Amino acid sequence: MVGENWDWEPNKKQVTDLEIIRKKYSRVDELIVSPNGEKIAAPVKVDGGFSAFYNEDVWPETSELLWNLRFTPEGRLYGLARIDDQWTVIVDGTPWKERFEYVWSPKIAANGKSLGLIYKREDAYGIVIDDKPWENGFLAIRDYCLSPDGKNSAATVQMEALAEADIEHFARGVWSVAVNGSAWDKKFINAWSPIFNSDGSKVAAEMRSTMYEYSIAVNGEVWPVNYGCVWAPLFRPGTDSVLTPARDAGKWILTENGSPVWDKKFNQLWHVVFSPDGKKIAAVASEEFGRWTIVVDGKPWKKSWSDFVDKPVFSSDGNRVAVIIKDKNRWTIAVDGQAWSQDFDMIWDPVFSADSQHIVAKAELNGKYCAVIDGKSSGFYDQLWEPLFSPDGKNVLLKFVENNVYCRQVIPLSQL
Amino acid sequence: MREDVERVADVGLDEPIKKLTPERIEKTVNHVLDNECAARLKVYLDTCVRCGLCAEACHTYLSRDKDPMFAPVSKVKNTIWELVKRKGKVDGEFIRNMAQIAFTECGACRRCSMYCPFGIDISYLIMTARRICALLDVVPQYLQDTTNSHAATSNQMWVQQDEWIDTLQWQEEDALLEIPTARIPLEKEGADIMYSVIAPEPKILAQLLGNIAIIMRVAGLDWTMPATDGWDNSNMAMYSGDFEIMGRVERLHWETAARLKVKKIVMGECGHAFRGAVYDGPRWLGWQFPPIQMVHAIEFYYDLISTGKIKIKQKIKEHVTVQDPCNTVRGRGLGDKLRYIIDATCEKFTDMAPNQEHNYCCAAGGGVINCGPPWKRSRMISNRIKAEQIERTGADIVITPCHNCHSGIEDIIGHYKLGKHVKFISEILMETMEIPDEMRGEGA
Amino acid sequence: MYEFSRGPLVWIAFAVFFGGSLYRIISTIIQSKKDKVVLPYMKWKFSLRSIMHWIMPLGSVNMRMRPAFTIFSFLFHICLLATPLLTLGHVVLFKESWGFDWWTLPAGLSTVMTLFVICGGILFGLRRIADPTVRLVSSFSDFVLLAIVLGPFITGLLAYFQVFEYQTIIILHMWSGALWLCVVPFTRMVHMIMFPLTRGYMGCEFGYVRNARDW
Ligand code: SF4
Ligand code: SF4
Repeated sequence: MVGENWDWEPNKKQVTDLEIIRKKYSRVDELIVSPNGEKIAAPVKVDGGFSAFYNEDVWPETSELLWNLRFTPEGRLYGLARIDDQWTVIVDGTPWKERFEYVWSPKIAANGKSLGLIYKREDAYGIVIDDKPWENGFLAIRDYCLSPDGKNSAATVQMEALAEADIEHFARGVWSVAVNGSAWDKKFINAWSPIFNSDGSKVAAEMRSTMYEYSIAVNGEVWPVNYGCVWAPLFRPGTDSVLTPARDAGKWILTENGSPVWDKKFNQLWHVVFSPDGKKIAAVASEEFGRWTIVVDGKPWKKSWSDFVDKPVFSSDGNRVAVIIKDKNRWTIAVDGQAWSQDFDMIWDPVFSADSQHIVAKAELNGKYCAVIDGKSSGFYDQLWEPLFSPDGKNVLLKFVENNVYCRQVIPLSQL
Repeated sequence: MREDVERVADVGLDEPIKKLTPERIEKTVNHVLDNECAARLKVYLDTCVRCGLCAEACHTYLSRDKDPMFAPVSKVKNTIWELVKRKGKVDGEFIRNMAQIAFTECGACRRCSMYCPFGIDISYLIMTARRICALLDVVPQYLQDTTNSHAATSNQMWVQQDEWIDTLQWQEEDALLEIPTARIPLEKEGADIMYSVIAPEPKILAQLLGNIAIIMRVAGLDWTMPATDGWDNSNMAMYSGDFEIMGRVERLHWETAARLKVKKIVMGECGHAFRGAVYDGPRWLGWQFPPIQMVHAIEFYYDLISTGKIKIKQKIKEHVTVQDPCNTVRGRGLGDKLRYIIDATCEKFTDMAPNQEHNYCCAAGGGVINCGPPWKRSRMISNRIKAEQIERTGADIVITPCHNCHSGIEDIIGHYKLGKHVKFISEILMETMEIPDEMRGEGA
Repeated sequence: MYEFSRGPLVWIAFAVFFGGSLYRIISTIIQSKKDKVVLPYMKWKFSLRSIMHWIMPLGSVNMRMRPAFTIFSFLFHICLLATPLLTLGHVVLFKESWGFDWWTLPAGLSTVMTLFVICGGILFGLRRIADPTVRLVSSFSDFVLLAIVLGPFITGLLAYFQVFEYQTIIILHMWSGALWLCVVPFTRMVHMIMFPLTRGYMGCEFGYVRNARDW
């Protein structure tokens, strides 16, 4: 969602003096910044309740409580607010029309615009997207997802009430998946991790066929194969084909519509992702007990790490993979099988430049934050948000707090 | 001889065995013995010399007047030994009996492994028996219900997501009355600490969440809690033998911490949750050690007091004793740190005997208390020794840094009419910790 | 018969004993690899620490709870292993076959130790009957095994004092000794080989992984 039209001229702007903000409000919660770095905001305590400050301004609407303040990728500011003992969403200062007993778990669709949440109203649970709630609610909702265009939502829903400790009823299956408010016919013992295909016409989810057999359901149809366990499925981009890691005879495999994709089996396999062109697949894998690595198209990297390997990130051309790793209690990034030599107290997701040549990540070292570019750290700040490359890959956008002032700076890559 | 042991009715055991076929039993038993077990099972079975030296380790054996049926080795004999000997050719009644032994007469406390000269892991063998029962759907009703809750909600008490967040928010509001700057920061990415609790806290003991908000504020720590599932790392699936759900719960918990970019997890006063998160969960998932550092409350409070981050204003005067939780003392060696905290906060302390690694289990752990009301009487009988042990200390308060111990000991105190109180460390800290006046602000 | 017993039988017995033991150890290690979660957690320091505590008389809480039984049991095991190794008659045979020998027990002591083993074994047998827990978990095979354990000691004693016909008894002694060696790897007597492995593993699970003691 990096904007061509953002200010990419190399310069440094002092956006907001936070000292003034902190003097002005008795309570300032967690600071957040807009993707383009032009705005900084946080929930603040004002007379009669809470509001959100952004730069020098504050939302006119006061709520009894305001939390989960975030920017959408396109830069709208929203938060969850309690007004007159009812919950709603405030977007850029304007509350939604709908009011709920509770509303939470915001998600933004892949289009970067549509905002979905789970709501509870009159003891029923549903999904609301952009102020439009489902018509019918359910006894409970746990997981949900939005279609890439933000028009549809799917959730795991509880279909029948369970009496206290009614294990027999539970085992008969009371969970299902509802799409836009209507549930599939079939009920399962459990359903988890629903996901839409690219055009939003199909939903896949993990399900439990029996207490110890797991499978995948797609639009209510269950695969004819069962596994010892499965993890979150995903669609092959642009197709209706579903892939998922599955545990088969004690080993994990990647399966597509019930048939193995790779010959290799693993001790563990999860976080499957496709390259942007949909041609390559990467996943987190463990071949040997206690060792973790990335496997790309069935081939594991030679190196492995002990503590943790996060979800892999493809470069835009799909030829490179970078990932957060943790080894011997130190965090860093590994790119195409090689870890950066410098390690950190904490590191954030790697971001590739549009030409796939460079990688930048936010990192923490000794209580200060820095941008790490291709493994080299530069300038440390009191606070820093995740850095980005300009669309042409020549500049880096840094959003940071320095001497209590929030600054936005575009720096040429060559100067870092 | 098992006829002497009371058979307790439980639909989780009685109903499923009616449907079991000999073929299904045999197939399941052999699947577990051949595919899910390897060296340990065989070596333990071959090495045990049937010397009975493990008997005196077990609170159930001691509490039941040394009934040989309750000796650790007897529990293995009546379950796994027979299965191996008969190659799984047993009937439903055998499985039912095995379930009663494995789920309700052993708390997987591992005390017996410290008494067996060979260090045979009886608890592991019993867990294998549980696994077989689970695959046959023979699990005590209430324990299975807790596992079902984990499967459906990722927490152990069917807490809805809105209930969870709402509870944290009103607990923050409560904490504000004490300290106007207290917070429960939700979803704060990059905080130093994620604080984990188990479902009974939001469900029935919400003030503990308010307490932690105050303790964190006084100690000046940067912390957060998730507003998504993944906050509860307690794990009854681990004890019911449903390792797939166990793994799912623990994975979500670790990945929630990774998502929030915290450097460590501090987990509240619960022992089995610690065990699930640090040992059993990671191992099933493939981690040798937890992916992110996890610190149990005992260690956390020890650090806060010993580094002066919180100061003790006045010690409590009542006479206290402490229950060493199996999973954090025998299971983590935190006994000395626990005593440091007590010395710092209490004037009069008498240890139970035996103590530290050798303390008797509370009889609630290992999933036993979660077997629910049908088994309460049996659980009480199985821990007379604990009642006697507590009584001997003469203390008025039993400090229990573990939810299972807390409930288990409360039950024992009630059943044996000991007339004592049970408290968490955090409650003791709330009574003894200094809250600087400037922190209390104008409201004070 | 005597020649066979004195020659090939001994060889066979030692071969079975050492071969079988080696097989048990190796197969346990291979199986442990399959068990995935065993070997990665094992560290010499913690294994040895635990083993030390458990081979030291009264080194563990459980042993201190029953000092008489512990001392008795230690002496039994010491006599059981030391007597055959250090008996003059055996060492002489070694010298004849391989040309080297070592220190031996004075005959009197050796006899006392043998007697101790026999009495000890009988007491263990009685304990199997008398102690309700042990009785519950014992089976006929446990008594047979005990008989096999005591066999060479009883026959050895009879041979030494030349009770019955020496030639028959000494052959019996050799056969029972051979049986003794042969059953070690394949019966519960394997505990003698497995002890360092099981104890060492538990020592690590407690010490290395959990930072706690297991004695
Ligand atoms: S309850 Fe504890 S001591 Fe008793 S058999 Fe089980 S693990 Fe051993
Ligand atoms: S103490 Fe160990 S060897 Fe003896 S009976 Fe118990 S488990 Fe078996």
